[in-house]
Amino acid sequence: MIDSVEWRPDRAAEIIAGHAGTEGAALPILHDLQAEFGHVPAEAVPLLAEALNLSRADIHGVVSFYHDFRDHPPGRHLLHLCRAEACQSVGGDALAEHARARLGAGWGQTSTDGALTLEPIFCLGLCACAPAAMLDGQVIGRLDQARLDAIIDEARAR
Amino acid sequence: MGLIKEIDFGTPASTATTLVELTIDGFAVQVPEGTSVMHAAMDAGISVPKLCATDTLDAFGSCRLCLVEIDGRAGTPASCTTPVTAGMVVHTQTQRLAQLRRGVMELYISDHPLDCLTCSANGDCELQDMAGAVGLREVRYGYEGENHLAATKDESNPYFTFDPAKCIVCSRCVRACAEVQGTFALTIEGRGFESKVSAGGVDFLGSECVSCGACVQACPTATLMEKSVIAAGQPEHSVVTTCAYCGVGCSFKAEMRGQELVRMVPWKDGQANHGHSCVKGRFAWGYATHRERILNPMIRASIDDPWREVSWDEAISHTASEFRRIQASFGRNAVGAITSSRCTNEETYLVQKLVRAGFGNNNVDTCARVCHSPTGYGLKTTFGTSAGTQDFDSVDHSDVILVIGANPTDAHPVFASRMKRRLRGGAKLIVVDPRRIDLVRSAHIEANCHLPILPGTNVALLSGLAHVIVTEGLVNEAFVRERCDLAEFTAWAAFAAQPRNSPEQVGLICGVSPELIRQAARLYATGGNAAIYYGLGVTEHSQGSTAVIAIANLAMATGNIGRPGVGVNPLRGQNNVQGSCDMGSFPHEFSGYRHVSDTATRESFAALWGVALDDEPGLRIPNMFDEALAGGFKALYVQGEDIVQSDPDTHHVTAGLAAMECVVVQDLFLNETANYAHVFLPGSTFLEKDGTFTNAERRINRVRRVMVSRSGMADWEITIALARALGCEMNYANPGEVMDEIARMTPTFAGVSYEKLDRLGSVQWPCNEAAPQGTPVMHIDGFSRGAGRFVITDYVPTDERTGPRFPLLLTTGRILSQYNVGAQTRRTDNVVWHEEDVLEIHPHDAEQRGVRDGDLVRLASRAGETSLHARITERVAPGVVYTTFHHPQTQANVITTDFSDWATNCPEYKVTAVQVSPSNGPSAWQQSYEAHAAVSKRIADPAEAAE
Repeated sequence: MIDSVEWRPDRAAEIIAGHAGTEGAALPILHDLQAEFGHVPAEAVPLLAEALNLSRADIHGVVSFYHDFRDHPPGRHLLHLCRAEACQSVGGDALAEHARARLGAGWGQTSTDGALTLEPIFCLGLCACAPAAMLDGQVIGRLDQARLDAIIDEARAR
Repeated sequence: MGLIKEIDFGTPASTATTLVELTIDGFAVQVPEGTSVMHAAMDAGISVPKLCATDTLDAFGSCRLCLVEIDGRAGTPASCTTPVTAGMVVHTQTQRLAQLRRGVMELYISDHPLDCLTCSANGDCELQDMAGAVGLREVRYGYEGENHLAATKDESNPYFTFDPAKCIVCSRCVRACAEVQGTFALTIEGRGFESKVSAGGVDFLGSECVSCGACVQACPTATLMEKSVIAAGQPEHSVVTTCAYCGVGCSFKAEMRGQELVRMVPWKDGQANHGHSCVKGRFAWGYATHRERILNPMIRASIDDPWREVSWDEAISHTASEFRRIQASFGRNAVGAITSSRCTNEETYLVQKLVRAGFGNNNVDTCARVCHSPTGYGLKTTFGTSAGTQDFDSVDHSDVILVIGANPTDAHPVFASRMKRRLRGGAKLIVVDPRRIDLVRSAHIEANCHLPILPGTNVALLSGLAHVIVTEGLVNEAFVRERCDLAEFTAWAAFAAQPRNSPEQVGLICGVSPELIRQAARLYATGGNAAIYYGLGVTEHSQGSTAVIAIANLAMATGNIGRPGVGVNPLRGQNNVQGSCDMGSFPHEFSGYRHVSDTATRESFAALWGVALDDEPGLRIPNMFDEALAGGFKALYVQGEDIVQSDPDTHHVTAGLAAMECVVVQDLFLNETANYAHVFLPGSTFLEKDGTFTNAERRINRVRRVMVSRSGMADWEITIALARALGCEMNYANPGEVMDEIARMTPTFAGVSYEKLDRLGSVQWPCNEAAPQGTPVMHIDGFSRGAGRFVITDYVPTDERTGPRFPLLLTTGRILSQYNVGAQTRRTDNVVWHEEDVLEIHPHDAEQRGVRDGDLVRLASRAGETSLHARITERVAPGVVYTTFHHPQTQANVITTDFSDWATNCPEYKVTAVQVSPSNGPSAWQQSYEAHAAVSKRIADPAEAAE
């Protein structure tokens, strides 16, 4: 379960202030914001720019560079499917197709019931147990269609 | 005449003095240490293919086109990021390199539209040139793969478009915005194939972009392109000229198609701007062909009559007969003239000659009266020369920069970019300003201390700084002993040390903490090379001259004079403020700041002009209005100024003008002053005439005509015609001959000629036998007056005080997109950034008055009242409000008073006690003024007029 609260500028300001004076604070702040709110909304950009004395474009460049930073809240759960070569060689592509069809959601999208957001990821370091995935931060190896369906069903139920 | 193309060396020049020798393609090349291989090759005339490199930006090494082979080194390093080493043997063209480059180019072109024939950059596209240079003949990848060709154009900026479909993501625009302009409004969004240039995820107009044009200039393709080029096509010839906006004096290439101006491009060899520009000079030139330009002379008997268009002959002879009639009835001194800081040196010189030799009096003044006259007075008193001490390049050598009463990012943007670059390079910054201007804190720069003093307390603050320097032993005694008058210094030091000047005492007056004052003083005195930059926030006060003197005192006391990186730098408002002062357009001075009572100077002019000259100073601008109201001043010739809008206390100005019998306005448009005029002489824009402007660093720059005068007469020709009609002979075939006379008659200009300006690009006066190439930094071996002179600067509060009726202090200023009275910029697309003057007010003051953001408010002072919209902001301190004076609908100067500098009468624009209250409509003045303006601006139908 993604444990996040609704966007609140005053809370964001608190998080940012917590990093005052630290060098290279942009990424730690962005991580903390995403941990708190589940995403980094566009409204956060001017706050960061002001606090770090950078331009809004500077911050936008950083946020958009990292795929992990979302600009929309995710579903209740977050499923990362590995798209790297080792997983592809043992059926990762088909599994990915299956997941997309099953959820009715493309990469970076959330199933219409709001249960799951599907994200691609490039190598979880689990090549020996490919195909691999990660659900809400828990890695899962030796995935097949049945296990994937079970994971999805369970996630939907929670 | 062709298109001027500057050589692009690819990377900036190295400033090292040690030379390194290497071989490039078999040629021996000697370059300074630290030069890139690419730059060294170009020095030898060898052009290495490149896309992401350009010599205004640091090397980046991303495009992979400039690869070279170097003997003894593995691989193919990028020539832009590889510095030269002694004995290096470089090959820029080999079979291997050709294949690599062609392969790289194939990748670029596989994701680029193939619409070269209909592309706006056709004829000026580096991508196309490089495709040719590498011999691209096919793209093996095809064009069907994933691409960006369907990306949508961003046309939100009024002056240029951003077409991401044509972008090769070389980052030149992003780097130009950061390195050159210092705004950081652009970034690369995303990564990998998804990388694209972005104005921060929003459109350009909604972004932090200030529309300086640096990105457009840096773009090697049609991705960022001037809309004027898209509309017209590529220019065919260019003429180098000087911008007619602020006192930075940027050099531009006017790129033309016949008589049509296609675009203004900052000239890389321009010694003031080094190839950079701002939104005004770069883009806001459309006023030259605006439909409201008046192109025919006009006259009328009364200011309530409609204008009647007449021939030049009739207009000139009518004016001359009116001036003679008035002088016959009311005396020789009943007429005068005002010169303009927007006109050329030559034009200004001719107007003062017309007054002195033709009118037979000294009633000539210039708009510098209302901006930098205290600079002339203060710096002449202390140093001996009425001008700033440095060139702009000097800032590169500063360790500490003190900005007081100036807002460079709005008013002198190109210099501000330079200053910000130095700040990012490590210089420390002190800002003294009632407002939190952008320099106090904006992306990548932050002032080490900001002293938000109350308006009107500069002198007290400067005394506080002096106190710390004197009492904490921070005086540079060796400098003072060697360069300055010791007795005067001793008296000054004793004054500065008095307890009433301590930070604890002056802090109470200025409203800032004593500790902040001490910190600023210590930083200025001990931080290395310290330079002071100041603007109208220093001069436009009842103690403007005192503040300039106090600044000079600080610089002398700390030895910060006479070398690069230091000095006292007035940031001049208009393009030719320095020049109009130099040219003798003050009522008490001939050219070169020589008093009219100086017999030798006066007699030399009398001999040259063949007339006797008055040895008594004439009327200053404010005195002209006073005299007019007293009945003794009846006719005024105003060249290129809009005194109704720009001068303080509008009621007084308009009453004075209305009391005159012949007001002659020479301008591009029916400005506000023309509402009180009897003769209108249509002037010419800077694009339509030859001449020179002198910028804030004393640099004399050439203005070159790029199109014929639309009204038929350049301004200098109009003055000559008027002089001749008055029987004052002026024989000049061209402005160059006027400059020859100026040089002959003015010691500091003795070495100036158009031939020299053409040869050297520009020169900074003094330019004479002692300094034939001009003088970038002054007072190097001693002050021009001999010993530097310390003057005691007692703080005397202004008589303009807040009280129960007027509890707030109004201070006025400028904004980036508009210029002065706005006559030019309001007639361009710059209005998208600033369509009206607004009143900045602190949330606390707004709440007390029930004012919400965007509300219409009444702004009232003892002098008058107006209505405008409020903007609630913490940029201003509680108790202070701020507005601009760019729009005649607001007329901020209805509010300002007739208080002025004790020495020079420079008006106290920066301090007016006001009250702000909610309003539901324009003030009575606005209504009556608008009604009069509507009547007065009418032009009679020619058919009707003939009846």
